[in-house]
Amino acid sequence: MSNRPELLAPPEIFYDETEARKYTSSSRIVEIQAKLSERALELLALPDDGVPRFLLDIGCGSGLSGETLSENGHHWIGLDISASMLNVAVEREVEGDLLLGDMGQGLGLRPGVIDGAISISAVQWLCNADKSSHEPRLRLKAFFGSLYRCLSRGARAVFQVYPENIAQRELILRQALQAGFGGGLVVDYPHSTKKRKEFLVLACGSVPTSINDGYKESCSEDDDSEDEENGMVNVSDRNSRPRKRQKPNKKGKGREWILKKKEQSRRKGNDVPADSKYTGRKRKSRF
Amino acid sequence: MLSCNIKGVVNKFPLRIVAEKVINKEVDFNPDFLKHMFGKIEWKALVDGARSMGYTELPDHAPDTKLLESDDESFLIQFHHALLELHLEEGSLVCPETGRKISVNKGIPNLLLHEDEV
Repeated sequence: MSNRPELLAPPEIFYDETEARKYTSSSRIVEIQAKLSERALELLALPDDGVPRFLLDIGCGSGLSGETLSENGHHWIGLDISASMLNVAVEREVEGDLLLGDMGQGLGLRPGVIDGAISISAVQWLCNADKSSHEPRLRLKAFFGSLYRCLSRGARAVFQVYPENIAQRELILRQALQAGFGGGLVVDYPHSTKKRKEFLVLACGSVPTSINDGYKESCSEDDDSEDEENGMVNVSDRNSRPRKRQKPNKKGKGREWILKKKEQSRRKGNDVPADSKYTGRKRKSRF
Repeated sequence: MLSCNIKGVVNKFPLRIVAEKVINKEVDFNPDFLKHMFGKIEWKALVDGARSMGYTELPDHAPDTKLLESDDESFLIQFHHALLELHLEEGSLVCPETGRKISVNKGIPNLLLHEDEV
């Protein structure tokens, strides 16, 4: 498998001028980004009332994903760490407002102003420590915390990610939950290595289960009934603090229970003392 | 809508605008979107920001929501202009508390914080 970009260099260096142009002029990449953005927008589940919304595109790069937002009539602001990528976006005259910034430093947006956030292939960059002062967990925390604050009530955030491994996916999910988000993973084409795409769908509070199922390949011949229908893993953290371990209640183990257990033991063939009026009697506190 | 993100800054919003070059973009007028955004806007900050970019038409106090619903589009047009069409091309944003400058280049503010500011 080809090298993952985030292992080669930090994003602001990897996406220099040449790479930025290459990225944007590759028709294959443009098409993939457009498709991913459409899907992310779909998963955002914005109300279908024709009112344009104010959206945030995290890691907007050269504006490929933002264009999809504009095409659907929304206003957006985009954040990216690479000046070269943003320059390409300016050249392409994208409609959204652009910000040069590092998502791991926290988004400086006022509470409740954003109606929805998308991010295409960007959040996994947060998991790598590019500078000695970086600590991925803190960066993820700053990112998710500030994102949670700036989203309006009921707004969602959809991230298309390419996690390197399960540990990375877990890390991202955990930080998101700690920030107060609820939500889960939607996986399109889970069984195809080439087409498989993961979307992390987060919402403030719990997510209604009317989320679309991940797309499945149409299985014409076989009826894969034993396969997982849903590519969705629901993770919500309403009880985030661990519940105190409750001591088993003595009240539940009264005389009846004792008698039942003795009967079971007798059936097994064990030697059990006879039942009497003393069975299960409350002993003096000395015991 | 941007607030200063330097650690420890309390009075971080709004960022004061020092405009060097302002351009007007043309944006489609959509009253529904404007009404939707109206509730999120801190009015005084918008007026000050617009003023520093050279647009003084906005009323000082936020009008009633009734004015939004009415057929009088003149206010909405002003609001639309200030919110969506005024564009800071070159200049800087200044944090009200620390005075830290955020430079704006080609319409893009540089929000990258230094290591000790995070």
